[in-house]
Amino acid sequence: MEKQELKGKEIKLMKGNEALAEAAIRAGLDAYFGYPITPQSEVMEYLTENIPLRRGLVLQAESEVASINMVYGAAGAGARVMTSSSSPGMSLMQEGISYIASAQLPCLLVNVMRGGPGLGTIQPSQGDYFQAVKGGGHGDYKLFTLAPSTVQEMVDFVFEGFKMAEKYRVPAMLLADGALGQMMEKVELPAEGQFPHVIPEWATTGKKEGRKQNVITSLFIQPEKMEQINLDLQAKYKAMEIEVKSESINTEDADLILVAFGLVARICMKAAELAREKGIKVGVIRPITLFPFPTEVLNTTADRIKKFLVVEMNAGQMVEDVRLSINGKADVQFYGRMGGMIPNPEEILTKLESMMK
Amino acid sequence: MEQFLINPDCMVYDNHPVTLTGEPFHYCPGCGHGVIHKVLMEVVRDLGIQEEVIGVAPVGCSVFAYHYMNVDMQEAAHGRASAVATAIKRVRPQNYVFSYQGDGDLAAIGTAETIHTVNRGENILMVFVNNAIYGMTGGQMAPTSLIGMKTATSPYGRDAASMGNPIKITELLAQLPGAYYVARHAVHTPNAVRKLTKAFKNAFEYQKLNRGTCFIEVVSNCPSGWKMSPVQSIDWIEKNMLPMFPLGDIKVPDPKTGDPVMVKNN
Repeated sequence: MEKQELKGKEIKLMKGNEALAEAAIRAGLDAYFGYPITPQSEVMEYLTENIPLRRGLVLQAESEVASINMVYGAAGAGARVMTSSSSPGMSLMQEGISYIASAQLPCLLVNVMRGGPGLGTIQPSQGDYFQAVKGGGHGDYKLFTLAPSTVQEMVDFVFEGFKMAEKYRVPAMLLADGALGQMMEKVELPAEGQFPHVIPEWATTGKKEGRKQNVITSLFIQPEKMEQINLDLQAKYKAMEIEVKSESINTEDADLILVAFGLVARICMKAAELAREKGIKVGVIRPITLFPFPTEVLNTTADRIKKFLVVEMNAGQMVEDVRLSINGKADVQFYGRMGGMIPNPEEILTKLESMMK
Repeated sequence: MEQFLINPDCMVYDNHPVTLTGEPFHYCPGCGHGVIHKVLMEVVRDLGIQEEVIGVAPVGCSVFAYHYMNVDMQEAAHGRASAVATAIKRVRPQNYVFSYQGDGDLAAIGTAETIHTVNRGENILMVFVNNAIYGMTGGQMAPTSLIGMKTATSPYGRDAASMGNPIKITELLAQLPGAYYVARHAVHTPNAVRKLTKAFKNAFEYQKLNRGTCFIEVVSNCPSGWKMSPVQSIDWIEKNMLPMFPLGDIKVPDPKTGDPVMVKNN
């Protein structure tokens, strides 16, 4: 492993899952709870190897159901806490995530997506987009959802995820895929101990003399109260819109825009390059936050450009949000591969060419 | 003119410990939950650990335990109280942590979490209230419902062949090396309440030793779910519940070595 010291920062060649785990330790992780599942088991393996020598705790739970409820307990007790899993495991966690969202507990959830439905395949997929950005469990709630497209972003978004989760008291989701988890790239790691965490005053730490008891709950049995909690949550999700992030590449002179998130955005950048070599002016918009969704940038781009192609590793999920954002101003088409298949730039180019005829 | 309905000398628990919020219990007349809440909180007061205690409430009739127990608490999803309590204790090892669950919560939907929490020997107190029925949802068959017992989902009586047998999860858990102190108590007589008080006290004191899980089952009643008067329900505990769920210590620390040992006949 290459290693170079840089004023507390380090540059290393690392696998996505391991880089994410190292970033979590450097972000001051207090506790990790998880259950093994391919293709992200390296996260817990790396943590169990390294945490005893550093700080924090890691506990292998008996199931994803248990681990997400451990995340609830630790977050409610004021810890900086995370879990990670892959698609079938995330499905098991949905009940707990709904409780966490309702009780407004900050935590970081990582889904290294694999192909589904069912037990599916261990190859990469983006089939859990709906589950991540539309809630996933019961009731009206959202996760602050970040979609990394490089191993570097697997590192950076751990910090960003914790920051947003704690700022808004929401669960944050890092939505990666099996390829990002498994591939190795050069990463710059921030120095450890630069990201302080204060135990929140609402946490259950023991009822000290002079303060009222702290209660973490998602039960509000009076409908008037439950409605108010829902209104408060919705107001918070609205306020989170200022944190929206996206990347626009060569969109200024483009005749057609590719829209993709995560790994697929990188494939689209290559496809756009190939298209320009053939004289087709193609730009790329990459949503970085999937919730909040970059509605504004898509909508304003559609004032100038009338053709959009959304590419995903699923049957067409984000494309629905792109269409809602563009609201009929432009033609939005979709190209997708499923079941663990990764689209290549050439097949995207073929689709682009057919749209420009 | 002040009039005592009960002679204060006969009280087995204090009505107003500072560790209760003073909110009136919502429990049905004759239900054991109120007594168990009071006894548990009285022990927390007597040990002077109110500032250190963090509790976990279940889903079931005692879902609002935090309305009454005046300590920091978390409300867990159905069956997950011991997973939640595990995490609280792991991130705050200096605190006393307890979970409070009914039979459906602990011994049906939460069986995996229950067994693995005890198997890891988490240093928490698990309180298990066994009234052999799902009270809050309207009296359905529970994992501990007795053979022949009529409930909303066993209207002809629980039949072992098609519905399984009542699970003695406390005995099962006592077999695990992580279990440090395991006992079954009740609240149907003043004497039983006194014994339960002592057991809760033991359990919190053992928690300081970091030796493993303390697990206390409390055999209780559900007059509404059992379709009985409170008095009839107490009689029914004696005649039907206790033969199946006998009271007493199951696993206790050896006074000399401090190592947990099984009590004979268990």
